[in-house]
Amino acid sequence: MLIRYTSQIGKYFLMWKEIFKKPTKWSVMKGLIFKEVDDLIIDSLGIVAFISFFVGGVVAIQTALNLTNSFIPKYLIGFATRQSMILEFAPTFMSIVMAGKMGSFITSSIGSMRVTEQIDALEVMGVNSLNYLVFPKIIALMLYPFLVGISMFLGIFGGYVATVYGGFGASTDFIEGLQRDFNTFHVFYAFLKTFIFGMFLATIPSFHGFYMKGGALEVGKASTVSFVWTSVTIILMNYILTQLLLTQ
Amino acid sequence: MIEIKNIEKSFGGVKILKGVSCVFEAGKTNLIIGQSGSGKTVLLKSLLGIHTPEVGTISFDGRIYSELNTDEKREIRTEIGMLFQGSALFDSMTVAENVGFPLKMFTNDSNEKIQKRVDFVLKRVNLIGAHKKLPSEISGGMQKRVAIARAIVNNPKYLFCDEPNSGLDPNTAILIDNLIKEITEEYNITTVVNTHDMNSVMEIGDKITFLKNGLKAWEGTNEDIFLTDNEAIVEFVYSSNLFKKVREAYLKG
Repeated sequence: MLIRYTSQIGKYFLMWKEIFKKPTKWSVMKGLIFKEVDDLIIDSLGIVAFISFFVGGVVAIQTALNLTNSFIPKYLIGFATRQSMILEFAPTFMSIVMAGKMGSFITSSIGSMRVTEQIDALEVMGVNSLNYLVFPKIIALMLYPFLVGISMFLGIFGGYVATVYGGFGASTDFIEGLQRDFNTFHVFYAFLKTFIFGMFLATIPSFHGFYMKGGALEVGKASTVSFVWTSVTIILMNYILTQLLLTQ
Repeated sequence: MIEIKNIEKSFGGVKILKGVSCVFEAGKTNLIIGQSGSGKTVLLKSLLGIHTPEVGTISFDGRIYSELNTDEKREIRTEIGMLFQGSALFDSMTVAENVGFPLKMFTNDSNEKIQKRVDFVLKRVNLIGAHKKLPSEISGGMQKRVAIARAIVNNPKYLFCDEPNSGLDPNTAILIDNLIKEITEEYNITTVVNTHDMNSVMEIGDKITFLKNGLKAWEGTNEDIFLTDNEAIVEFVYSSNLFKKVREAYLKG
């Protein structure tokens, strides 16, 4: 089993090398990139906005309900919401959600192309199919931090709405919490890990779709496996990056 | 002309091709026939460069594929047109985009010029008015014709067809067979068709290579099939009563 996993990891890194060989003509690639931006980024805006707003609200309410001691200042609601959204929820939790949403889309679309011989057709024509299929996804997911930025903003906004209109605290307290002890490095850390997660979101599902074997049933299995591995990789990388960047 | 010399290919220790040699001539419809598991698809995929034989050589008009560098191999691939069993059209593209794809990828032609060529080849395969349709919106026979149009759009030297008639009704199958033969002769293409459809063998088989258990068991034309005593091919072809009767009628003149 260990040999199989090691071999798969090796194959994954070899795939990275292949992606950049023999690039597709720019006039064709341009269209592919725009299409991927539309499919992966723009199409995810709705779900990202919905989840972020309500989770932000829930974080604020949970924090407010746990502030039972009157010595604890109310601005802590805004502070906790901001820290949760910027440090973990938007970059990590949202990436796990996207591993399901984007990842299964990528694996199933590339897997279906494999099953219906469309990838063989590309290869036979002399097209570098990995470059043609995966490179535009990598470029599109360079815009993934933009999606996470929106998630941060809407999560904090959801927290504000829940706190102020839910009667858990005053607007001024919440805003004071947002501004207190603000560390710009936390934002840099969040966007750096988002960028790295974006690369995994583009390539791990592509790997599972591209190298799958079998028929329609295996496309479904490959999507599940790709979700599991993308999530595991994101969580492990999250731990490693946090240890490297946030500890002294 | 494609020349295969003594190629061998194994998967997981099992030898699928055991030293096959044959010549596929230009301007002729060369058929590879044989039972399922005889090695037809492996042979075709080896010709396409999808599989690499462990032993032997494949040469395209004198250019030995295994001795070429990556760029030269790609050059050969741009000279190949392929008709896949399931058509392998790109789902997200319209019929016109599918047909124009090889031109868009490998030429610097203007959109207008590409469009003209696409119109021409679609007309050549008798497909008019389907330009803007998606592959899912047209019939299986039409999909095959689009795939043929895509395969010939950049004037290939070599055309490979994998089970071109599978899943088609007899009338459409004959149309596709005739189209392949006409195009082969018209453009002097080296066409290799992988099939087990005996109607195709009799209709368009200029040269037939019969594979059995990974070996070439027989070679000849569609007329030679009636005259041969080769046990392997006789057993394969005349397992059908219809063909037994056809053969008897042929031999009686």
